[in-house]
Amino acid sequence: MKLLRAYREKPVRAVPAAAVVLILILLGLLPGMTPPYTTIMVGSVLMYIILSLCWNMFSGATGYISLATAAFFGLGVYASAFLGGTLPLPALMLVGGAAASVLAFLIGLITLRLRGVYFTIFTLGIVKLLEQLILYLEIHFNNTRGRFVVSHSYTEVFYALYVLLILLLAAILIIRRSRFGKALICIAEGEDAAQHIGINATMVKVLAFTISAFAMGAAGAAMATRWSYIDPYIAFNANYSFLPVLMVIFGGSRYLPGPIIGAAIFAYLQELLTTRFPYIYMLAMGLIMIAAILFMPRGILGLIYDGVRKIHKRKEAKADDGS
Amino acid sequence: MLVKLFNILSSGLIMGGVYAIIAMGMSIQYGVARILNVSHGEFIMVGAFLTFMLVKLHVNPLLAMVIISPAMFLVGFVLHRTVYKKLSDVSGSASTFESNSMLISFGLMFVLQNIGLQVWGSQQQAYPFLLTSVRILGTAIALNRMVVLLFAVAISLLFYLYLQKTRLGKAIRAVSQDAGSAALMGIKTHRVGAISFGIGAVLAGCAGSLISIINQFNTSMGMSYTIIAIIVVVLGGMGSVLGSLLGGFILGFIGTLVNYIDPSLSLVAYYLIIIVLLLVKPSGLMGGKS
Repeated sequence: MKLLRAYREKPVRAVPAAAVVLILILLGLLPGMTPPYTTIMVGSVLMYIILSLCWNMFSGATGYISLATAAFFGLGVYASAFLGGTLPLPALMLVGGAAASVLAFLIGLITLRLRGVYFTIFTLGIVKLLEQLILYLEIHFNNTRGRFVVSHSYTEVFYALYVLLILLLAAILIIRRSRFGKALICIAEGEDAAQHIGINATMVKVLAFTISAFAMGAAGAAMATRWSYIDPYIAFNANYSFLPVLMVIFGGSRYLPGPIIGAAIFAYLQELLTTRFPYIYMLAMGLIMIAAILFMPRGILGLIYDGVRKIHKRKEAKADDGS
Repeated sequence: MLVKLFNILSSGLIMGGVYAIIAMGMSIQYGVARILNVSHGEFIMVGAFLTFMLVKLHVNPLLAMVIISPAMFLVGFVLHRTVYKKLSDVSGSASTFESNSMLISFGLMFVLQNIGLQVWGSQQQAYPFLLTSVRILGTAIALNRMVVLLFAVAISLLFYLYLQKTRLGKAIRAVSQDAGSAALMGIKTHRVGAISFGIGAVLAGCAGSLISIINQFNTSMGMSYTIIAIIVVVLGGMGSVLGSLLGGFILGFIGTLVNYIDPSLSLVAYYLIIIVLLLVKPSGLMGGKS
């Protein structure tokens, strides 16, 4: 019950909750108060937060490292590319999310029996297969490489992602408290033991994978309408699979705010640095990823919580001395 | 018709030879050190560009391959002794180590690729070497491709004999079969793991040199070769060196055949192969239990 314990050990719970609500309210007011560039940038940050939270919902909880994020995201992008203009943005996101969920359900059913690295390879293979297959189909049957997407304003996309994030957070909180969430934690602690106490491990994993894919697809559908032009290399860019992994590891996958903090930091750095120092930025990402795995296995939040606990202990020790 | 068939066969053989070396390198790293090195393609890229640098100094590319091999070994060996050693210290179980070591090699992939981009730029590169052609059975084959095939086969054989005949080769095979028992027999498994990782890097470097002789190359080519290596390794059976050798040639022929039918389908075919393979027989052709 490591996860549960970590959850309970959090220092004062009410303060972070109030802070989150405050941040969310401020975020909602953002487009009206700041220049367009800020809205666009924060929109990208929101996208990475959604992807990271979704990745963590399945992979962080079960330990199966999925690199299919780009596949689900890309399907959402293509949903907007095909249906943009005929449907309003929320409907596009629903379609994109549904398409991603169907794919995730199928992948989950046939592959979740694959062991560790095989599952990871398979998911990366799916991303690459979709990328190449769609490229082939587009070139042969439509004589194009990419497509123009009917665009929506960046404010509209911002609010779409904003609402998606709030719904996602609510879903995560509900799941954590449900039987389903507890089953997920059990599987992470020991899959065999979980099965022995009557949890249908395969079904729980498939469901978690399917739910997490939905928001990824929806995010893709929203982002596509901001880009206006897409091709398979943009939609299925493998970085959408890799970066959320890094962000979650850096933030700390055991804690609910972990993926959010990791994603916020790196997405902001990316917006800041990619145009000026693209290679050095990616190089630093790689180095940080290696260092994070080696030196802070529970992420930056793990470090902070450890620090807080130490201070508490020292205080208690002092109090004991005094009495 | 016969000429076409011969063309496909010879191209398949050459591609297969290079694929085999690439896959053997990845296979020994996974089989012995339990590291699925997804930055393998980046080592190939580094090998190709180091060769290119030496060629610009008028060094024969085949000699360049020999020169850079010790450097590649050292990089692989030191990497294992520092980063992966530390990782195995912090990882609780073998399966945590396996998934974390894969994540670390993803980080390594970013690092190496972007060092490459920073140092060598992003343009396509190529250089001329042995451009004359020889006639075999009535068809012309470029001499450089023949040389590459010869070297690929020679390296594979050498590596196979090394594993079969030498003491260290035996130790490597022992660790790959059962690390626990090997340790009980007095084999220093960590050391053998580091050596294997170094050998994998050398094989990647050699493959890079050979690829640079016959193909264009650039600093973002790593990922595609990593995926080819993974396909071949899964095809042959994870950790089976002989399987990788066989799988390399099989994929070489399939690739050439699909390329002959419709070049734009070759990547689709590769990814389809790996996905079907993982579903049907994840243990591969030569692998034992899955």
